[in-house]
Amino acid sequence: MRIGVYVCECGKNISATVDVEKVVDYAKSLPYVASSRVYKYMCADPGQELIKKDIEELKLDKVIVAACSPRMHEPTFRAAIEDKGLNPYTLEIVNIREQVSWVHDDKKKGTKKAKSLVKSSVMRSALMEPLDRKKVGVTHKALVIGAGIAGIQAALDIAGSGYQVTLVEKTSSIGGKMAQLDKTFPTLDCSACILSPKMVDVGRNPNITLIANAEVEQVDGYVGNFEVKIKKKPRYVIEDKCTMCDDCVAVCPVIAHDEYNQNLSPRKAIYIAFPQAIPASYIIDPDDCLGIDPLICSKCKDVCGPEAIDFDMKPEIIEDEFGAIVVATGYDTYPIENLGEYGQGNIPDVITGLDFERLISPGGPSTGALRRPSDGKLVKNVVFIHCAGSRDPAKHLPYCSKICCMYSTKQALMFKHEVRDGTAVNFYIDIRTGGKDYEEFYQRAAEEAKVVYIRGKVSELIQDGDEILVKGVNTLTAETVELHADLVVLATGIIPSQGTKDIASVLRLSLGINGFIKEAHPKLKPVETSITGVFVAGCATGPKDIPETVSQAGRAAVRACNIIAQDEIEVEATIAHVDEMLCRGCGVCVETCPYSAITLIDTKRFGNTYKVASVNEALCKGCGSCAAACLNGAINQFGFEDKQILAMIQALGEE
Amino acid sequence: MEDFEPNIIGFLCNWCSYAGADLAGTSRIQYSHNVKVIRVMCSGRVNPMFVINALQQGADGVLIGGCHPGDCHYQHGNYLARRRISVMKKLLEFMGINPERVKMAWVSAAEGRKFADVVDEVTEEIRKLGPNTKIRRKNEW
Ligand SMILES: Cc1cc2nc3c(=O)[nH]c(=O)nc-3n(C[C@H](O)[C@H](O)[C@H](O)COP(=O)(O)OP(=O)(O)OC[C@H]3O[C@@H](n4cnc5c(N)ncnc54)[C@H](O)[C@@H]3O)c2cc1C
Ligand code: SF4
Ligand code: SF4
Repeated sequence: MRIGVYVCECGKNISATVDVEKVVDYAKSLPYVASSRVYKYMCADPGQELIKKDIEELKLDKVIVAACSPRMHEPTFRAAIEDKGLNPYTLEIVNIREQVSWVHDDKKKGTKKAKSLVKSSVMRSALMEPLDRKKVGVTHKALVIGAGIAGIQAALDIAGSGYQVTLVEKTSSIGGKMAQLDKTFPTLDCSACILSPKMVDVGRNPNITLIANAEVEQVDGYVGNFEVKIKKKPRYVIEDKCTMCDDCVAVCPVIAHDEYNQNLSPRKAIYIAFPQAIPASYIIDPDDCLGIDPLICSKCKDVCGPEAIDFDMKPEIIEDEFGAIVVATGYDTYPIENLGEYGQGNIPDVITGLDFERLISPGGPSTGALRRPSDGKLVKNVVFIHCAGSRDPAKHLPYCSKICCMYSTKQALMFKHEVRDGTAVNFYIDIRTGGKDYEEFYQRAAEEAKVVYIRGKVSELIQDGDEILVKGVNTLTAETVELHADLVVLATGIIPSQGTKDIASVLRLSLGINGFIKEAHPKLKPVETSITGVFVAGCATGPKDIPETVSQAGRAAVRACNIIAQDEIEVEATIAHVDEMLCRGCGVCVETCPYSAITLIDTKRFGNTYKVASVNEALCKGCGSCAAACLNGAINQFGFEDKQILAMIQALGEE
Repeated sequence: MEDFEPNIIGFLCNWCSYAGADLAGTSRIQYSHNVKVIRVMCSGRVNPMFVINALQQGADGVLIGGCHPGDCHYQHGNYLARRRISVMKKLLEFMGINPERVKMAWVSAAEGRKFADVVDEVTEEIRKLGPNTKIRRKNEW
């Protein structure tokens, strides 16, 4: 073993407070050290050349550089030694600048510490082994889960880069919550008008395979190579044959709730979610249908001209492989049933924001004229309650749902545009309008449209004759407020959808305390997740408006393309590895690993089968937690082996 | 006892506390020279055996630095570290070693000042405890 130790002066940055010559002399006295030198700037070309020349001439096997932090120049020196045929992972850096010369003025003490650190690195270096640069192949295809605006945008952007993408949607149509909205802030353009063209593009794009009425059941594998099982539920209508003539609907005898219209209107057991739905095909809801059985009822099948109805359709399992995954499973709204103070859903004219979107929509249950659910009376006075469930850590959600100030303001404006002599009152805690043109939008509502804003919380809602008595406090004037309304709209908070929770458990993604999918880094990795190759966009990570959702979806698409555009990708080298002879298959490491990178597998030894731990090299991120957990020393970490660390400890322990 | 200089071994995670220590350097914050650092990727890598070994090999104290709760680069390695180290401290007590010789600290990559303060505090505490004489072994080489 021949080790070279190179001590950098860093101009005077190191040499002013560390006696570099003494460090070099000391290094030369250590075992295995074949050469040691000082240079003014080790990282500069002549410095690197010095090292390279020594590797060749002195036949060094290992190199140690005592200089600045490895966080600065580790890649530089790794490349330098690799250039001369040494394994880049055998480079050792001693941090004598950031952690010695710059923080200890006392030259004697600094030099002593530097010597001690050099010694520990020599010990470690002697035990270092070459590591492989690990690469895995990549499937050039992406999977997008959830087809709200986030999933639609991500799929279009991936397809637009020329890659194949499969889009899986749980319900019968793509579009998500945006398809239910009437108009959108801050421009008040009609939601369907801006969404439908994108939906049509999804349907037509040859790079997009749309699988609706389906869910992802199982995901195995890792970045570049996810093996996915998708379960497609039977639609009972053949998508390609359905001409959307609507003849079946007329004859179906079953009346069911229309979810698209927030259960405020009826639909049949055979239906289409909404006229612009994609896939453009009707569907039979098996829970509503009298039996999916021609012996019980086959009225729709009988009238269907193109013979699109097929009662024999079975659930289908689709298996495929993908290089990257985008999760865009969106949100739900906080259940009105949890809001005891607002009638728990028992007062028919106390509705949610999404209900209001449907009620005011020309295509909605009251076909445009805003009629209230209880008796169909035209609404004249409406009260909007912001933060219904949000910003209430004691009873409900601790966080701000971010979009409710804006959508309540939008809804109040839409109402005033429709019912010019009506009154709209908004109760708010704070008005949050942090978005482009949002504050102006709010000003317009308050000043031009004369929407009334009262700062304060509504404490109670009571049915009072055919009106609702709204009791609250104006916290600016400290007066109690009581007023009557025809309709009360609750801006119910944004919560992670059930589908988001389900997919998080299928993918083993980490969730934040509020149940949304956790980003790998809240600022710099906002679409990355705890799993390499799995990205997230839209409200699945937290409340967002449409512009933010769309931008995030774009970034998620780019990140997915970054992977699927490669033929191979490099994975972490300093990962965990198992000594099967020491492993007793207890599974402690399996539980420890934050990335589910370890599984117990069967191995044959002397004719018997044993369970042993096995590390998935592409999933392991090299934290080393498993190595600290194993009681048998069976699992260890390349580059941070127990023996290497123990050698350093020994060196540092001796003064 | 006056001129006793404690020898302390520090295990710092690459992403937070090691970066915090580097920041103390780039900010030229002066602190005591007694802690000598071993870099690991995650505080979760710190096997309790390393700590005992450090005390055996002559260290008077051990410092383990990790990311703040919730900020771990590897999801929850710092929690694992905290759990293990607190169990190990009980074991130390049982062995007759003052568990205060082992310290854990959360230092973020932005907390150069905090890192320096932590090192100074730990050094002073260990200085008060005096040299570690238990389970110590002498190496001749
Ligand atoms: C009342 C109200 C009014 C609003 N008004 C506006 C506005 O005017 N302007 C604005 O900018 N924003 C508005 N928003 C916000 C807007 O709705 C969201 O920003 C946007 O819909 C988020 O899109 P998404 O794709 O992330 O989620 P979603 O729209 O929730 O889409 C998620 C999709 O994923 C599917 N899915 C869920 N789980 C699974 C699974 N496991 N597998 C497969 N598919 C799954 C769902 O069926 C759904 O289609 C409003 C919100 C509300 C509640
Ligand atoms: S490697 Fe260690 S912790 Fe993991 S199963 Fe084997 S013995 Fe148990
Ligand atoms: S090193 Fe970390 S990521 Fe890798 S297998 Fe061990 S616990 Fe999992």
